[in-house]
Amino acid sequence: MSYWNEDHKHTYWNPYFGGFMLGLLLIFTFYTTGRGLGASGAMKSTVVFALHEVAPTHVEKSRYYSRFVEKEKSPLNTWLIFEVLGVLAGAFLSGALSGRAKFRLQHSPKITSKRRIIFALLGGILFGFGSQMARGCTSGAALSGLSVMATAGFLTMIVIFGSGYAFAYFFRKNWI
Amino acid sequence: MGPLIPHEILSPEWNNVIAVFIGLAFGFIMEASGFSSSRKLVGVFYGYDFAVLRVFFTAAIVSMIGILYLSKLGYLNFDDLYVQPTYLRSAIIGSVIMGLGFVTGGFCPGTSLCAAGIGKLDGLVFIIGLMIGVVIFSEMFPLLEKTFNADNLGGVTLKDTFGISYEMTTVLFTVIGVIAFYVTTIIGRKIRNVWY
Repeated sequence: MSYWNEDHKHTYWNPYFGGFMLGLLLIFTFYTTGRGLGASGAMKSTVVFALHEVAPTHVEKSRYYSRFVEKEKSPLNTWLIFEVLGVLAGAFLSGALSGRAKFRLQHSPKITSKRRIIFALLGGILFGFGSQMARGCTSGAALSGLSVMATAGFLTMIVIFGSGYAFAYFFRKNWI
Repeated sequence: MGPLIPHEILSPEWNNVIAVFIGLAFGFIMEASGFSSSRKLVGVFYGYDFAVLRVFFTAAIVSMIGILYLSKLGYLNFDDLYVQPTYLRSAIIGSVIMGLGFVTGGFCPGTSLCAAGIGKLDGLVFIIGLMIGVVIFSEMFPLLEKTFNADNLGGVTLKDTFGISYEMTTVLFTVIGVIAFYVTTIIGRKIRNVWY
């Protein structure tokens, strides 16, 4: 049976167990730091840091970047950068323990690698843009917002997933 | 009484140390739940894998209930937790774009980090895309600033917006979650299997 082939062997956690653990982590995060988890903020800090190294005057003059530059403090010295370094290491640890850590490009067998790369890049650009507009992504705005019952949390969750469903039809050939 | 660092029960120097450990757990849990696979993630939009919905809803329900209990029992001051401001217009526009990015790229920022963490090149490309997206947003910011700052309701919760108490919000959200778990299980049985 093809199900038991190596490629199809699922060794993931039960999703309810994963969700329970993530919930406990959110509680711990709010209890210690008073804030939730995040991800997109770290990408923004990285961009601000890199551009500030290359073109400091452009960054300081920019109406947006300049909000995140402080004197005597690197734009990389933020809570989210440290958290994201942990995320990379934590994911690697889990992947390595389950034999999933290896260099590969994952896509549906019906599309080419080139197509997958192009769409991954486009998706990233859109998500990066959208997360700045909405002041946070799925983790920072939606999940953390829900934990404290923020109106913005419910709004972003509903609209992100609603929009995903609305556009899913047009991208079905990439996935199924 | 928590939160510990804002109340200086734990000194602020610990903040970044704790960040690394929280990140470690966050990355581990997401990867172990299968969030490093774009094909598993987008399954929620095509009905062949509802892991995203199950993990996401369970996590939100558990943390809502936990935070509510901790504040009721006096271990956590709810009013000192960060509630992000609700900017109606930019939140909706940004989230529509994020949803489109989700089905296009197959990741969100946190999950792309997980994927890159275990060596997936599509995750890495998505991260590069995220950074390009941030640059485009920043360079266009003078044009977007008005939209970005429009309709600011402040750091409001559902209690402020609709007058629904925290307890009722938690109960309703839990009920909706359980119904969603049930319905998606039934849908999952009917949809043909997609191997990934």
